[in-house]
Amino acid sequence: MSIFSKFDDVRSAFESLTSAGRNPFGIRFDEILSPTEAVLDGRRILLFGTNNYLGLTFDPAAIDASIEAIRQAGTGTTGSRIANGTYSGHATLERQIAEFFGRKSAMVFTTGYQANLGLISTLAGRGDHLLIDADSHASIYDACKLSAAEIIRFRHNDPKDLARRLRRLEGLPGSRIIVTEGLFSMLGDTAPLREIAAVKREMGAYLIVDEAHSMGVMGKHGRGLAEAVGVEADVDFIVGTFSKSLGAIGGFAVSDLPDFDLLRVVCRPYMFTASLPPSIVASVTASLQRIATDDLLGARVQANSRRLHNGLAQAGFDIGQEANPVCAIRIADRDLAIGFWNALLANGVYLNLALPPATPSSLSLIRSSVSAAHTEAQIDTAVSIIAETGSRLGVLSENASRIAMPAAE
Amino acid sequence: MGSVILANQYDNIEAGIVAVLEARVAAGAQISPKAKIARDLGLDSVAVMDFVMDIEDHFDISIPLDRVAEVETVEDLTRAVEALLKDKG
Repeated sequence: MSIFSKFDDVRSAFESLTSAGRNPFGIRFDEILSPTEAVLDGRRILLFGTNNYLGLTFDPAAIDASIEAIRQAGTGTTGSRIANGTYSGHATLERQIAEFFGRKSAMVFTTGYQANLGLISTLAGRGDHLLIDADSHASIYDACKLSAAEIIRFRHNDPKDLARRLRRLEGLPGSRIIVTEGLFSMLGDTAPLREIAAVKREMGAYLIVDEAHSMGVMGKHGRGLAEAVGVEADVDFIVGTFSKSLGAIGGFAVSDLPDFDLLRVVCRPYMFTASLPPSIVASVTASLQRIATDDLLGARVQANSRRLHNGLAQAGFDIGQEANPVCAIRIADRDLAIGFWNALLANGVYLNLALPPATPSSLSLIRSSVSAAHTEAQIDTAVSIIAETGSRLGVLSENASRIAMPAAE
Repeated sequence: MGSVILANQYDNIEAGIVAVLEARVAAGAQISPKAKIARDLGLDSVAVMDFVMDIEDHFDISIPLDRVAEVETVEDLTRAVEALLKDKG
């Protein structure tokens, strides 16, 4: 018996997946031409699955700042934030993020994954109660594994279920900490944050919102869903990432709570990993400046989201109601989804393939994410390729039967 | 006398779990106390978590994730629910 035999089920699922065509987890681009185009196997393809919401990965000011930072401070910090790994750039970036969100304090982490892992697992200690949305990102689930608190899942986007679960805890000691996301990364739906904030106020709890996919995209100033729906005062902690709208890598958490900075000496995923290199800190700082001053970026990604969403809805695909930058075509038949994904790539459009159990409700998803950098012509081309391919393979007829008889949530 | 009542409660819990489970598994699946919920009854990990939420609603309890992780069979789940109902008083 091999040490890997525990993964036999995964192996056979993976083999059946790759026997149908390409390995969706092993795509290697030869060249990235722009935020919206790449070369794969010598062919130019359109990128519609990159989370590059504002298209800032090739922003000239960010690139220049990054190169300058490498020349001045070197390629890496070679140390953690609590040892030799904090330079003035890290501190400046933290002040700038706090300012962007209108908060007293900010902490920068090395990845968005670590921001959730660190913040959630450290805040929720033994005797506390973490209440997480059932469709939470893997980083939130992993934070729960690292936490000594009791973990309770509430039904996805269901404030009444959350309230019921909080009520069951009545009389028990310990803090209640609610975790949800602004924009859910798989289906592209938003949390009912006003209602969740009301439950939080009524029942007495802390509220953490992960704005990884909504920062720069939602809210008048790009501060995410909490800003868009006017509940920032109820959100105790916002977590986010530099790897999407800000076009680099890294994570952060912001808060107004007075003792927030204590986390710097108790939060292990912050303390025991090397800090972000100067080049990343510099490009993120430049990109954050850009989104704080350029309102057109957010407006453009929203207009592009509506264009893609309208196109796919008019073609007859089963997608969500909300026109957000993440838009997922839902397919009940896993093999059909795999075939569809391969055919789309062969026709020059890259999207993400997401399969159960990584998806809600055992659905397979062809997930697109749209960018402010997409032109209207690129979106229209992608929509017509997706619609033509979907019609040829029978995805549209499969979707039509599901739209006619929606499954109970 | 007390043990009879407890035994009855255990049976009631088990019957409730089986009823909720029947709605989720393929027709003809053999649901027994020793049946492993994921392996024998063909539920994937997300389906198991959805099933657990149905159980939570049915008994009006929350089953913390670490307790869920210890559950493999219908019998394990029955005991976990029984313990949580007892805590609730």
